[in-house]
Amino acid sequence: MISKKIMLRFPKENSNKPFTSTLSREYNLTFNIMSAEIFPRQEGRLIIELSGDDKDFEQGIDYLKENGVSIQFIEESITINYNKCYHCGFCLPVCPTNALLIEDRNTMKVELHKKECIACGYCVKVCPVKAIELSEFA
Amino acid sequence: MDEFKVNKTIEEINEKIKNKEAVIVNAEEMIDIVNKKGIVEAAKSVDVVTTGTFGTMCSSGALINFGHTKPKIKAAKVWLNDVEAYGAVAAVDAYIGASAVKKEDPLNAVHPGRFEYGGGHVIEDLISGKKIRLTAQGYGTDCYPSKEIEMDITINDLKEATLLNPRNAYQNYSVAINTTDKTIYTYMGVLKPHMANATYSSAGQLSPLMNDPFYLTVGIGSRILLAGGEGYVIYHGTQHNPNEERNKRGIPKTGAGALAVIGDMKQMSEKYIKGASILGYGVSLSVGIGVPIPILNEELAFFTSVKDEEIDAYIFDYGYDYPRKIDNNYGLTNYKQLRDGFITVGAKKIPTTPLSSYFMAAEIAEELKKRISDGKFYLTKPSASLPLSKDYKPMKYPKNYL
Ligand code: SF4
Ligand code: SF4
Repeated sequence: MISKKIMLRFPKENSNKPFTSTLSREYNLTFNIMSAEIFPRQEGRLIIELSGDDKDFEQGIDYLKENGVSIQFIEESITINYNKCYHCGFCLPVCPTNALLIEDRNTMKVELHKKECIACGYCVKVCPVKAIELSEFA
Repeated sequence: MDEFKVNKTIEEINEKIKNKEAVIVNAEEMIDIVNKKGIVEAAKSVDVVTTGTFGTMCSSGALINFGHTKPKIKAAKVWLNDVEAYGAVAAVDAYIGASAVKKEDPLNAVHPGRFEYGGGHVIEDLISGKKIRLTAQGYGTDCYPSKEIEMDITINDLKEATLLNPRNAYQNYSVAINTTDKTIYTYMGVLKPHMANATYSSAGQLSPLMNDPFYLTVGIGSRILLAGGEGYVIYHGTQHNPNEERNKRGIPKTGAGALAVIGDMKQMSEKYIKGASILGYGVSLSVGIGVPIPILNEELAFFTSVKDEEIDAYIFDYGYDYPRKIDNNYGLTNYKQLRDGFITVGAKKIPTTPLSSYFMAAEIAEELKKRISDGKFYLTKPSASLPLSKDYKPMKYPKNYL
């Protein structure tokens, strides 16, 4: 069993294809849509959490790639630079999923749970010292 | 007139530091020590308690002197990386304020503005040794004929680079909520509508003036750790108000005392000072400060053992009341609740998050402890007090607990 948050980008000519229903019908994958946007040039962007058996998951991803969908695993696109971060906490209230959080109330260290991140980019704007990087969201 | 059972002097403590006999603990450790030994025994055994804070303070800036150019200029207007510094001081002196913004910054034209670069960043860049573009304009005089200069400098090219902050290390602060139905972008961070979150900005039990609430040891001339270098308290901070309402422990329930501080930027480290871009609000500077409290008697052992649950703070609405200067509050909470992550206002449970770094405050207190233990940092006796509270009498507050 595997579950990951993924950002999918659809080229203009494919943005009407029913990718998600194919994923569930033919690859037995369940998905949860976190955000969906269509940009002015008609390119579509979808952030989903995709879950299923390891093998199905792999095949589902291959299917998307074969159809010209570009895929980015969100946990690989967000990083917090601890040379810059000074654990102020400014970013915490805007994180919708609590991916950014203080776990240890003794040290009050601010941590990032990448698996929870949905790449909304709010923290990138709020962090006063620009310690958070989200590729393609800057 | 011996008010105290334990009586030590700064000179005696410095002598112990020199002989590597001094006992130095941080303000967290002092809580346990006083808890176990009581204030008199704690005062006998501990010589210095170190405190720390690392928060954003707009009331900060740097005084620089860039040396005479050839030919000379009376620089009336000065920019550092396109951020304007105040030039109406002597020929090649200038003061760059932490909240100065860059030329042509869109500000809040598209709200909330990003405020990407400003005075706070220039100060951080200087301290980290980065190259800075300096431009200046003068009107030309017989002694200072040049009208324009442009050059790249680093901190090493400056004759003096002095951090000079009119108000830092605020003793306590407000807790912020937003009762309106719109998200607001403030110096207290992002506040969501309908009291969906609360923010606070103090290191509580670690914060300098929480540990010396009546300014008995911290005064004009106190040597401190300022952004990793040696600095000094030079005056009370702007808005210093010793007569705020205090709790049973003697701690003010909102912003009260404050320190004006000074220090040589050439000794500082970018680890302890950071330019800050506050969304929708502006540019600022986060400054790390460590203050040693000498334990001269049992009353200071008492004050330095203060815990988060004994520090109260008023809750204010930054959505409606604050901008209109309406004197109203939403009750009190304390730093134990704030740090644990929830407060309650009426029947509503509100998640809380900090703006001032407790993590770094602890690190600064440790760093100061290490420097004193290593005999690299000595305490000074203030040459004059900050404005004091009318409320203070020796042992008045410890007596509430004895
Ligand atoms: S706002 Fe930036 S510096 Fe502050 S805790 Fe978050 S990531 Fe770290
Ligand atoms: S991008 Fe930042 S704010 Fe958004 S979910 Fe990820 S960590 Fe949280």
